[in-house]
Amino acid sequence: MARIAGVDLPRNKQIGISLTYIFGIGRSLAADICGKAEVSTSTKTDHLGEGEVIKIREIIERDYQVEGDLRREVSQNIKLLMDIGCYRGLRHRRGLPVRGQRTHTNARTRKGPRKTVAGKKKTLTKK
Amino acid sequence: MARSLKKGPFVDTSLQKKVDVAVATDSKQVIKTWSRRSMITPEMISLTFHVHNGKLFMPVYVTENMVGHRLGEFAPTRKFTGHATDRKVRR
Repeated sequence: MARIAGVDLPRNKQIGISLTYIFGIGRSLAADICGKAEVSTSTKTDHLGEGEVIKIREIIERDYQVEGDLRREVSQNIKLLMDIGCYRGLRHRRGLPVRGQRTHTNARTRKGPRKTVAGKKKTLTKK
Repeated sequence: MARSLKKGPFVDTSLQKKVDVAVATDSKQVIKTWSRRSMITPEMISLTFHVHNGKLFMPVYVTENMVGHRLGEFAPTRKFTGHATDRKVRR
């Protein structure tokens, strides 16, 4: 069982996919890392040698920001935007889309589940 | 796409002139401006601007973190205080 950056990698997947279970590593970064460690992306995670696992772990620790550190940086950046009181910060504060999307309809990812306002006709306020 | 580095940050000349004067005389007088599109440069730190939002001038005190943002980002143009029905629901 390979354990990298505090995350257990799934044992029966190819390493190029397994690495994407780490927050901050996607398909292309996983491919880069495998290249640097001289491991084929299609090796099953289980079949990696102990040395290869250590190599991958070192590369990730040295060159990339993942998991907790990355999450902290992201939330710090958001907090900074909120503190200086700029438009993007205000949108974050209100939980509305930040990058100019429409909010008349949609925007449910940011706004969360629909909150139907009472007193309107049912046909207008579809659940 | 990001702006070419060759050109440097964009600041309206009208605003730049006012900033130059304020920096030279070290005055704490607020600078009234309509130039929402101007980028905040390091020399503007600790100046106060009155940025027009289409109706009023919003006071903006520039701090270090604001460098690289534009003046307009700190003077919202819309006012939305919530739906009238929201109050009833909360009660």
